[in-house]
Amino acid sequence: MKLSYYPGCSLTGTAAEYDHSIREAARLLNIELVELEDWSCCGASSGHMTNVNLGIELAARNLELAQGLGLDLLTPCSACFQRLRAADVALRANSQEEEHEPYRPDFSVVHMSRFLSQPEMLKSIEDLVLRPLRGLEIACYYGCLSVRPPAVTGAPDYEDPQGLDSIVRALGATNVRWSHKTECCSGSLSMTRPDIARALVGNIIEAARRGGAGAVVTDCPMCQANLDSRQIDENESGRPRLPVFFVTELMTLALSTKERPRRWKAHLVDPGPLLRELDLQASPSE
Amino acid sequence: MSEQVFKPSRADSDLRKKLAKAGLDVQACYQCGRCSAGCPVTPFFDLLPMEVVRLGSYGIEDELLSSRTIWLCASCETCTTRCPNEIDIAHLMDVLRQRALEQGIKPAEPRIAAFHRSFLRSVRRWGRTYEVGMLAAYKARSRDFFGDLLLGWKMFRRGKLRLLPRKIRGRRQVKALFTRVEKGKRK
Repeated sequence: MKLSYYPGCSLTGTAAEYDHSIREAARLLNIELVELEDWSCCGASSGHMTNVNLGIELAARNLELAQGLGLDLLTPCSACFQRLRAADVALRANSQEEEHEPYRPDFSVVHMSRFLSQPEMLKSIEDLVLRPLRGLEIACYYGCLSVRPPAVTGAPDYEDPQGLDSIVRALGATNVRWSHKTECCSGSLSMTRPDIARALVGNIIEAARRGGAGAVVTDCPMCQANLDSRQIDENESGRPRLPVFFVTELMTLALSTKERPRRWKAHLVDPGPLLRELDLQASPSE
Repeated sequence: MSEQVFKPSRADSDLRKKLAKAGLDVQACYQCGRCSAGCPVTPFFDLLPMEVVRLGSYGIEDELLSSRTIWLCASCETCTTRCPNEIDIAHLMDVLRQRALEQGIKPAEPRIAAFHRSFLRSVRRWGRTYEVGMLAAYKARSRDFFGDLLLGWKMFRRGKLRLLPRKIRGRRQVKALFTRVEKGKRK
């Protein structure tokens, strides 16, 4: 299988470990990823939040690059995914009017967990598991932009999505039932209003604990960064912090038995102790 | 949330025309409150989402454009998703924010406006976000020099911050795109 790949800015910087684990997971699943040539920023929140047309045009430049390749465009960042899809919707609508260029894309923009949770993908994941993640009780956190608004994202189950849950089960872990799957973590305000981010992240982590989770998994780089970093200062109660994984990090852990001592170096909440307790990772001295 | 009484008689029909042009039928709102019940940021807002919609339908612009709400909205799209009358409330926030910027109204949350400006400057220059350059520009614009210093250091130690920008070859094209959009031209 072959897909084109739009990493987006976060995956070249603060979420580099998401990018690495995606490429590794794709290799294990025998999927070829072709990075979109000379891709540019999708505009993210700041684009559409300050100028509606800027938001559409910045994203549309990348849709133009994907034209003619005939490959679905894998977009792992939820914000990039939603911006590219929004531009796609806008271009299709414009295309109906005469003064605009025709737009007939030969591809669709796909998001990570929705792509990986297709029945045939789940089957290949299950078949490839070498280290089942037994005992790992995990809260699947989807956040906002991969599911909302459904008219743009095409998500069928936007109030109670199941993609990450089915992947986590395929890896042998347990997906807990909990209340905050799609509650916003305010990632776009994390830097400017850390007080709001701390409050919202605190609620989400507390809900995950209430659901019985020992860790959180997501497929959004802003959610991961916000949940990982804002837990550090939220945690006044002294309760153990919850590690926050990217879904592809769990996949590479389960699909390969290779021990990599620096695997979690990018994480602020170190998953090492939890994984060693569950015998899913060798202790550093071994 | 505010105690002030707003009267439709103060209506400014220009705003209503603008909203209608953006596909926003604010008159369809019957104040059910679903948007405001689901919004995660309401505790920090000065106007509830349902109040924003109502002021929009009254055409009362000043209170809207000078509100904190239009800047604090995180664009999580919960309101848009749940509105029974299909009012795209997150888009309404975008349209109002853009109008506030165009009219040079002082943002009620200057740090958030400074962040957007720094982010987009970086994209305009390099074609992609250059996090370290953007952070420096944001710190200078917002005068928020000491926030998150420790977090920044931790992230740097973990290799999360690149010291050099990743520039793209199509930088000129991206710059031209910005100029075209600012002049109000559609491609």
